[in-house]
Amino acid sequence: MHNLDQIVHAASAAFAATDDPDVLEQVKASYLGKSGEITGLLKELAKLPPDQRKTAGAAINHAKDAVEAALAARREALRQRALQARLAEEALDVTLPGRGQARGGLHPVTRTLERIEALFASIGFEVADGPEIEADFQNFTALNTPVDHPARSMHDTFYLQDEAGGMAEGVLLRTHTSPIQVRHMQAHVARHADRETMPEIRVIAPGRVYRVDSDATHSPMFHQVEGLWIGENVSFADLKGVISDFLRRFFENDDLQVRFRPSFFPFTEPSAEIDMAFMSGTLKGRWLEIAGCGMVHPNVLRHVNIDPEKYLGFAFGMGPDRLTMLRYGVNDLRLFFDGDLRFLRQFV
Amino acid sequence: MKFSESWLRSFVDPACTGHEFSHLLTMAGLEVEEEETVAPIFDRVVVGHLLAVDKHPDADRLKVCRVDVGTGEVLQIVCGAPNAAAGIKVPCALPGAELPDGLRIKVAKVRGVESSGMLCSARELGIAEDASGLLVLGDDAPVGEDVRRHLDLDDRLLTLKLTPNRADCLSLEGLAREVAALTGTPARFIEVTAVEATIASTRAIVLDAPEACPRYCGRVIAGVDGRAATPAWMRRRLERSGIRPISALVDITNYVMLEVGQPLHAFDNTRLSGAIHARMARPAESILLLNGQTLQMQADVVLIADDQRPLAMGGIMGGEESGITLATTEVFLEAAFFAPTAIAGRARRYGFVSDAAHRFERGVDFGGTRRALERATRLILDICGGQAGPVSEALAILPARQPVRLRPARVAKVLGVPFTDERIAELFARLDLSLTRDGDDFIVTPPTHRFDIEIEEDLIEEIARLHGYENIPSPAPRGLLSMLPQTEQARPLARIRQRLADSGYQEVVNFAFVEEAWEADFAGNDRLIRLANPIANQLSVMRSSLLGGLVANLASNLKRRQSRVRLFETGRCFFRDPQGRPVAGFHQPWKLAALAYGTAFPEQWGCVARNVDFFDIKADLERLFTPIGTSFEKALHPALHPGRSARVTVAGQAVGFVGELHPQWQQKYELPLPPVFFEVDLDAVMMDSVPQYAEVSRQPPVIRDMAVVVDQALELQQLIAGLTANRPAIVRDIRLFDVYAGHGIEVGKKSLAFRIMMQDTQKTLLEAEVEAAMQQLMAYLRAAFAAQLRF
Repeated sequence: MHNLDQIVHAASAAFAATDDPDVLEQVKASYLGKSGEITGLLKELAKLPPDQRKTAGAAINHAKDAVEAALAARREALRQRALQARLAEEALDVTLPGRGQARGGLHPVTRTLERIEALFASIGFEVADGPEIEADFQNFTALNTPVDHPARSMHDTFYLQDEAGGMAEGVLLRTHTSPIQVRHMQAHVARHADRETMPEIRVIAPGRVYRVDSDATHSPMFHQVEGLWIGENVSFADLKGVISDFLRRFFENDDLQVRFRPSFFPFTEPSAEIDMAFMSGTLKGRWLEIAGCGMVHPNVLRHVNIDPEKYLGFAFGMGPDRLTMLRYGVNDLRLFFDGDLRFLRQFV
Repeated sequence: MKFSESWLRSFVDPACTGHEFSHLLTMAGLEVEEEETVAPIFDRVVVGHLLAVDKHPDADRLKVCRVDVGTGEVLQIVCGAPNAAAGIKVPCALPGAELPDGLRIKVAKVRGVESSGMLCSARELGIAEDASGLLVLGDDAPVGEDVRRHLDLDDRLLTLKLTPNRADCLSLEGLAREVAALTGTPARFIEVTAVEATIASTRAIVLDAPEACPRYCGRVIAGVDGRAATPAWMRRRLERSGIRPISALVDITNYVMLEVGQPLHAFDNTRLSGAIHARMARPAESILLLNGQTLQMQADVVLIADDQRPLAMGGIMGGEESGITLATTEVFLEAAFFAPTAIAGRARRYGFVSDAAHRFERGVDFGGTRRALERATRLILDICGGQAGPVSEALAILPARQPVRLRPARVAKVLGVPFTDERIAELFARLDLSLTRDGDDFIVTPPTHRFDIEIEEDLIEEIARLHGYENIPSPAPRGLLSMLPQTEQARPLARIRQRLADSGYQEVVNFAFVEEAWEADFAGNDRLIRLANPIANQLSVMRSSLLGGLVANLASNLKRRQSRVRLFETGRCFFRDPQGRPVAGFHQPWKLAALAYGTAFPEQWGCVARNVDFFDIKADLERLFTPIGTSFEKALHPALHPGRSARVTVAGQAVGFVGELHPQWQQKYELPLPPVFFEVDLDAVMMDSVPQYAEVSRQPPVIRDMAVVVDQALELQQLIAGLTANRPAIVRDIRLFDVYAGHGIEVGKKSLAFRIMMQDTQKTLLEAEVEAAMQQLMAYLRAAFAAQLRF
């Protein structure tokens, strides 16, 4: 018995002294291999008298189990050690930057336009588009602003040359997005001509517009968003509700003050100018002009064959450039049209 | 419209003051654009009378003045002003006064002489720039009176941004009427009585264009002094309204225009001959106007003429030759009504503005023509002397004031809030609108001074305005719920932009008008769309390509030391096109363009830096068009390197191009490296289709590689297209994975390596089937392209 204990002890010590998994397998052979010590003892069993064989066999097997356990433990230990070594070797400086393509970004005004579209889509407004070289009729006349109307002087209009170098008649660069209103209503009326009651028009129309004006606060090209809601029961109060709600959601600011004050646009009546004021921050308490709006003038509805007795509604036009400036604290309109990456990357 | 608040308050004086008053106007639709004070804060400055002025004993430039300030005690004040002289009256700051610049006046010795105050210039009081001498006050200034009071320096100047519909507020009386309606404070207007004629001279008046000028009043005033001084109070009111005083006669016409809103004109009566005609211009007539311009009159301009010649652009501007001068002794004074449609736009067309045109095109009270004439006559007689002749008046058909029907139910419908009949009547009463009832409805006849009340909505607006927009509720909107369309036939623009941003491109927005050279260089466009009135030469042509803008953005960013630039823009481009829709003559498609410059990837560790090339941007473009797919064919483009440009087609339609900037433009635009671009029609990029499910094979795919040697000039697309068309059914995918030319490959040839994926949906492929398929592909390549298998 004493001998067996010694063997187990010696085997365990030999295993423990081995660091190389291949050497470990050779060491294993000297105990458990064909000519290993344990194997030898088992072979000797046959020589023992039958009455001793059982006891001795059990003892040897016990010792064999112990040697195998020691071996397994050592194998595992070496595997762990090897794994640890590999992990240590493979460790990275995880603070090195990631590789690959950088991300670009959207223009800040696009960001605003997408938010405006999403907010209005949430109450059922579609998005419409229209030409930027526009007919005088859609830009002015259909909007109740005939030739020589004093309101035309409110818009300094860009006109075009014809190919001979003369003035191109009847066309201009649109001065506002309101002509999209006209085109959209015309299309809507045509589409639903066979119906007793026309479905509601709820649409916004973002786009670039042009006026002969260029200084720190005016750009000859800028953005506008037109909005239009026509139905059988759409009132000035609804207009106030929609715009106030929009501005508070846009600025994520329930304390925002919104005021409507009387104004004049040939294509709306009553008309209003919309001002808003923040209740905190650097612009606290200052009224900021944000949009023009009003109830669509009956003449405009008549121009597109909508019966103003049956249908009415409101239109508004606001400046997404200004909304963007206020939202992100941009202080110079010209930055939007300058393509300066140092500016634009701030909105990635 | 700029005016003095104290002048307005001489007509109506409501309790609210300062900002509260401005707010009242703003919220009534008369937006106060600017508020100024006439003078900064100072006090204890009074009217001083210089009794004696002596030389200072010890200083050449100083004087010792003895000043009566009305207290009974005469002050001794040392003063350096060159105009200090005995007898004049000037502002005198008493000891204890604090001047606008913070100077506190004390009794002090100046070069040894005691000085008990300070005599002031206009600059020292902060009311004008003039610092050349003391501000000399009128001889009638009461000695000792507070200068603030004497010069009305607590007055405020308000500038209104009046909307074109409110011509009735282009005068002090009009504003007073409005303020009275808003506040309920009664307004007191100037009492005007007819001036009795004391001489008989008259001029006949003929209305040759009665629609353009339906009312004309005029009278002769003889024996006037054209050199008479304009009274200080009138000068002050004119100046505070932003009008420069010129001479008494001119000042009076301007003053009355501001006061009552009626533009007037004074002719030198001695330069007129015969009757006065209001008629349309005749061909080739021209007038030298008061502004110094000689203008050819167009046929729709109404003229004031005498029997000999045209005198003035009626309702717009007087003529130089018939105008009054300082030497004028006899005036023919005109007050007329010109129809807005006869004036509208005319001055603008000639490129100038005038106060008269501004008012007439918006609408002048045709009920007040004669009153204005009488008012001006009175002032002329009082200020310039003279004798008035009788008023000649010619009258045709004045604008009708049609009664307007207002239905209270409509008010509620439009405004979204009900108004009682009593409330409506009360609001109309404040506006002095004459009304009757017809059943439930109000019938309102607008007054002659309002040109903006023609339909029911006009009255509804007045109700809302007087009631106060802020008093109308802002409920959450209610509408019929119906879902918006969500098509899968087109991808939203937002998602396309996002894809580009994710690929490293930064969006820019450039002007749609560009430099003419860009159109030639980047688009080869010779049918330019020029602006008739560009703001600058480099912004004079509508763009037909977005490239020029992107190249300019690139150049400016390189100057700002950005070495790697990737940009994109979406926007309309503009082409002349007789078939263009919806605006005839112009095609205005949306385009998408992108530019890449510098390294293919941002500078980073662990990878070799290389510059972006054709195939990098092509990959971005292809990704953009997934899953619709694009083809490319070699094509020339004016902006691009002829060997490195391709036309992009979708389903056989050209939709744009991709390529590298032509070296000549790289040089011209001073770019160290050539940028690569694409520009495509946005409609094409947005195309999408609804995916259709195809069964996924459960059988294992077999992959085989194949390398072939072909002519260098052979285009891959041709080869792939042929292979795809001639492939055995089990071949699912053919993909190029390597292109090689050089060592081991014959000169003029290239090696293309393909990975072929084969699969059957029903069974596992046999080796023999795979082998046969590969043989078939190879045989095709040999036959079609003389390809050799490479081992």
